[in-house]
Amino acid sequence: MAHRIEVGLVDWVRDAPGEKIRHQIESELGIDTTGVRVIEVYTIEAELSSDELAVVAGSPLCDPVIQAATVDAPFAGDFDWAVEVGFRPGVTDNVGRTAAEAIALALDRPPADRMAVFTSRQVRIRGELSRAVIERIAGELLANDLIQRSEILSAAEFQAAGGFATELAQVSGSGRPAAKNISLAGDDEFLMRLSREKTLVLSLNEMHAIRDYYQREDVIAARARESLGPEPTDVELEALAQTWSEHCKHKIFSALIHYREGDGEAETVDSLFDTYIRGATAQVRKDKGKDDLCLSVFTDNAGVIRFNQDWSLVFKVETHNSPSALDPYGGALTGIVGVNRDPFGTGMGARLIFNTDVFCFASPFHKGEVPKGLLHPRRVLEGVRLGVEHGGNKSGIPTVNGSVLFDERYLGKPLVYCGTGGLMPAQLAGKPSHEKESLPGDRIIMVGGRIGKDGIHGATFSSEELHEGSPATAVQIGDPITQKRMTDFLLQARDLGLYRGITDNGAGGLSSSVGEMAEGPGGCELDLTKAPLKYQGLAPWEILLSEAQERMTLAVAPEQLDAFMALADRTQVEATDLGQFTDSGLFKISDQGRCVALLHMDFFHDGVPRMELEAQWTPPPVEGREPSAPADHGALLKTMLGRLNICSKEYWVRQYDHEVQAGTVIKPLTGAHDDGPSDAAVFRPLLDSMEAVVVSHGICPRYSDLDAGAMAAAAVDEAVRNAVAVGADPDRMAGLDNFCWCDPVQSEKNPEGQYKLAQLVRANRGLYETCVAYGVPCISGKDSMKNDAVIDGLRISIPPTMLYSLVGMLDDAGQAVSMDAKNAGDRVYVLGTTRCEMGASEYYLQVGAENGQVPHVRCEQNLALYRALHQAIWSGCVASCHDLSDGGLGIALAETAFAGDLGMDIDLARVPREDVTRDDYLLYAESQGRFVVTVPEAKSEKFEALLSACAAAQVGLVTDRPSFEIKGLDGKTLLSESLTDLKQAWQRPLDL
Amino acid sequence: MTKVKALVISGNGTNCERETAFACTQAGADVVDIVPIWDLMAGQVRMSDFNLLCLPGGFLDGDDLGAARAGANRYRHTKIAGSNQRLGQDLQSFVADGKLVIGICNGFQLMVKLGLLPRLDDSDRQSVTLTFNDSGRFENRWVELLCDPESPCVFTRGIERLPVPVRHGEGKLVGQSEVLTQLDSQHLIPVRYADAQSGQATMDYPANPNGSKGGAAGICDPTGRLFGLMPHPECYLHRTHHPRWTRMPELPAEGLGLRIFRNAVEFLQAGN
Repeated sequence: MAHRIEVGLVDWVRDAPGEKIRHQIESELGIDTTGVRVIEVYTIEAELSSDELAVVAGSPLCDPVIQAATVDAPFAGDFDWAVEVGFRPGVTDNVGRTAAEAIALALDRPPADRMAVFTSRQVRIRGELSRAVIERIAGELLANDLIQRSEILSAAEFQAAGGFATELAQVSGSGRPAAKNISLAGDDEFLMRLSREKTLVLSLNEMHAIRDYYQREDVIAARARESLGPEPTDVELEALAQTWSEHCKHKIFSALIHYREGDGEAETVDSLFDTYIRGATAQVRKDKGKDDLCLSVFTDNAGVIRFNQDWSLVFKVETHNSPSALDPYGGALTGIVGVNRDPFGTGMGARLIFNTDVFCFASPFHKGEVPKGLLHPRRVLEGVRLGVEHGGNKSGIPTVNGSVLFDERYLGKPLVYCGTGGLMPAQLAGKPSHEKESLPGDRIIMVGGRIGKDGIHGATFSSEELHEGSPATAVQIGDPITQKRMTDFLLQARDLGLYRGITDNGAGGLSSSVGEMAEGPGGCELDLTKAPLKYQGLAPWEILLSEAQERMTLAVAPEQLDAFMALADRTQVEATDLGQFTDSGLFKISDQGRCVALLHMDFFHDGVPRMELEAQWTPPPVEGREPSAPADHGALLKTMLGRLNICSKEYWVRQYDHEVQAGTVIKPLTGAHDDGPSDAAVFRPLLDSMEAVVVSHGICPRYSDLDAGAMAAAAVDEAVRNAVAVGADPDRMAGLDNFCWCDPVQSEKNPEGQYKLAQLVRANRGLYETCVAYGVPCISGKDSMKNDAVIDGLRISIPPTMLYSLVGMLDDAGQAVSMDAKNAGDRVYVLGTTRCEMGASEYYLQVGAENGQVPHVRCEQNLALYRALHQAIWSGCVASCHDLSDGGLGIALAETAFAGDLGMDIDLARVPREDVTRDDYLLYAESQGRFVVTVPEAKSEKFEALLSACAAAQVGLVTDRPSFEIKGLDGKTLLSESLTDLKQAWQRPLDL
Repeated sequence: MTKVKALVISGNGTNCERETAFACTQAGADVVDIVPIWDLMAGQVRMSDFNLLCLPGGFLDGDDLGAARAGANRYRHTKIAGSNQRLGQDLQSFVADGKLVIGICNGFQLMVKLGLLPRLDDSDRQSVTLTFNDSGRFENRWVELLCDPESPCVFTRGIERLPVPVRHGEGKLVGQSEVLTQLDSQHLIPVRYADAQSGQATMDYPANPNGSKGGAAGICDPTGRLFGLMPHPECYLHRTHHPRWTRMPELPAEGLGLRIFRNAVEFLQAGN
């Protein structure tokens, strides 16, 4: 029978979690309460004696110093309303899993004898509030209806009912539904209905290709040998839909595109990916010759470059946008622990050394309507923040770099970019560790968590826009601890040489991981009967496609199977032999003794018809209304510092562990009071070496509104510039592109598709040109092409956004430079030319000006500057260096000053510039390729000599006065502000 | 000279084992082994072969039932294969033999919940706890520690002030006031959060990041051989770990956090 244990704090203990909820109710919903307390509830399904229940309610679940517990009775307390929130059946309950394990141990029951424990949380609220208000608190803050159920009781109802009823969030499924045959006989309309209703997201062309495949004689014959009829099974159709999804096959990036500018001739692009991304890397590698860093690019789950002779560096960034829109916490948590498995599943597997996160949201202070089916951006922000906190911190991987951006259009879909770096020995047992294989006869071993309905249709669902009917099962919740146990075990197995190949189970689950690994040997035989399940009732196709987290698939040589399984057993990690790799040319799946899927490998992987698309570029006008001259430059600077895209992100940084592993040399926050914004992270991955990795990124979605090509170029430049600012060598870098686009396929529903595709083409060109000019190869990447929401017929599309993430090298971390001014008397220099590039700038947005010139990247000039600056840093001339990005010079100068707790005297007339005649433009233009550098007087001569061929000028001095003073182009004082005021203006807006 | 053999236990969510082991090596320990807990459970490695035990930071079992609660439950109840001993009993024998134990962050939480700290009597009853920071948040920031020169703590000998990072959400020391008074009067609070300017112990956030009474950042047992603290001394082994190293050319190459480990090594080497 089921028992309910309620655990709460005793009266004299301050309830910090309760107070936090009270604060959220007040600040997010504007509702005053007089108190909130939290009770943790464990519902246990097991036969337990009263003695056993007393043990359970004791030390495993309850802290004897500050907590008390009740068994099958409500925890005492004084309140007006109680809201209990628990998971819906089938949703991952990490705490429940830990509790079940702890209880089994405490009762001396064998670990296999798992009992089911379901957790819920009771929030007890005091205050004179109506039921409607409590319902709002429950619905808008405490529970996400998609994955949780909530129940509300008033004090009187609670009294009368004796507390909440005992409820089990058990999945009621039983048995194993059989595989079904699905007829494709019908007209085009029938085929498209089938595609839609089953969330296959296959186009008519693709449905035709599948129908034609089943009419091939060799296919009919092969199927007959396995007693399969001429119709596809649901297992086959689902596996094809998943493998052929935009998410997995990148059909838009591989398409044939006819691109036209204005009325000009159409140019044909034969695959954006091959031409511009793979193409850029090929060109860079050729140009670099023996200095090429690349070891494995585009072929594996992550890119691999040389760190030094003994170690290789692995890097990957992914997005998890659609799930984060539906369940921000679970979506983001899964995003980070999911991308962890990419470097971990690359080559023979890498130890994970850093995380990076970039989030794009609508304003958390959004006042307007939030369309049905979407969550308020404040809630999205907080859920995503917490998900990444749990995913990163609990995995012991420092979050060293990141950004948070805001634009109202991210209301339709937030962007959640999560990246992870790893380190692996350059060689393992005499073989390069970035290579792996699977041979015919090798066993297919699945390791880690069990399979449930989690994340079914994740790959196909993220390949379409969000709509009211988006499937709830697409959401997963990651479990960092199950994953940590698995990675601890697998790193040991790796070093013992117990497996031959490894890959992760992400989108598409086993279908994808086994399918990919089977490409080498040329086939597989997988038996779903053996797959470990969380609960009964899963159909074969669900088992194959489940995106249940924390699973890796391995190829284990038969002779190593026993040793591998024994180690798994000892480390309490579940490992299951699911079949073998073959050279049959067939992807063969069986269940309960019969074949349920048989697909030719070549059709499975390469049978998807190619898309052919039209792109039409119409350049936006440059001329537009210019702003009038600002009346009060001091007030303007403070307003600019407080803009959401500029202000401090300390709220995030503090809550992410950025120092675990003891390698973070330049931390995200820096300066006299540890609160200035670093440009990039410097990380020493080896405890006994000063060799360092530099981690940075660039992201400039605003520029897409004028030219997505400039946007992409600026993103690459910003990433390179940020890395150079802390000391990275501009000639030893590698990057990753992550495109998040709005649907670029024209249709009746999407009339601007051709323009969006043209933006994509231009972005690719911008990326190509900048990467090749800088000699920075792309080593991996990802695209997410359907970042739109269509709610009530209204389409909200994100601004086309490309994140460029970068890793660079710094041989001696002791040479790294931070952005804060160091000493009074140091000279302040501006490096790089400021131009009248105001288009889509933070300043133009602030003052409501339109159009203008978008910033352009001058690669040749910039690279010469970056190399010279690197020389200056390396020779110890530079006291501080800060990159100019959002908000331009005014912002960078102010940040440099207040981070160092030092004043500045600046003369704008000395700033290197071209055609800039307005003070406000000089202060806030966003021209690329610029820095603010401070240099000690004694080193200035050498510094100036090193920078002599570049645009660079001394513009002022660092002072010991607590004020920030700027003279305008006319030689008169433009502004004079106290450091404290500027810093507060910058720190306050997002101090949530 | 007595050989120093350091054991760093890993697994189930620990994540600072590498830098903790590195600190032991740098401090001069003769043997430093990172041992996954399952090797102890399997009886393949015995705690008794070591004389310095480090319980590193991390999130044992995700801290799902409260910081290190499920972890402590595992030590108390897991039987070592091929023997009648439980893991916790091995730990008690280790302590009874007068060996040294340091718990850092989650390791400190584990020691408290196993009753190893403050261990005012010889029982393994839990008498204080570490719970949610007053802010309700996990926070990563550097703090200044003030050491008590009169504390019996072996690990903090000769250290006056120590800058170190904290990285926790449940670091507030809570207990009945009699117990806390005893800790105070017996100098069993060797490290306190201090105001960086005045050098005085503080209750002010964020210098005191969690609201611990009297600024308690760590506690020891009356013998001074068992020590736990929330901040991470193993994350200040080199000058480049310090958050302001680029502003402080005078900072020595070796980080002050290493002295915690060096004290332990020297104490054991001297035959204690």
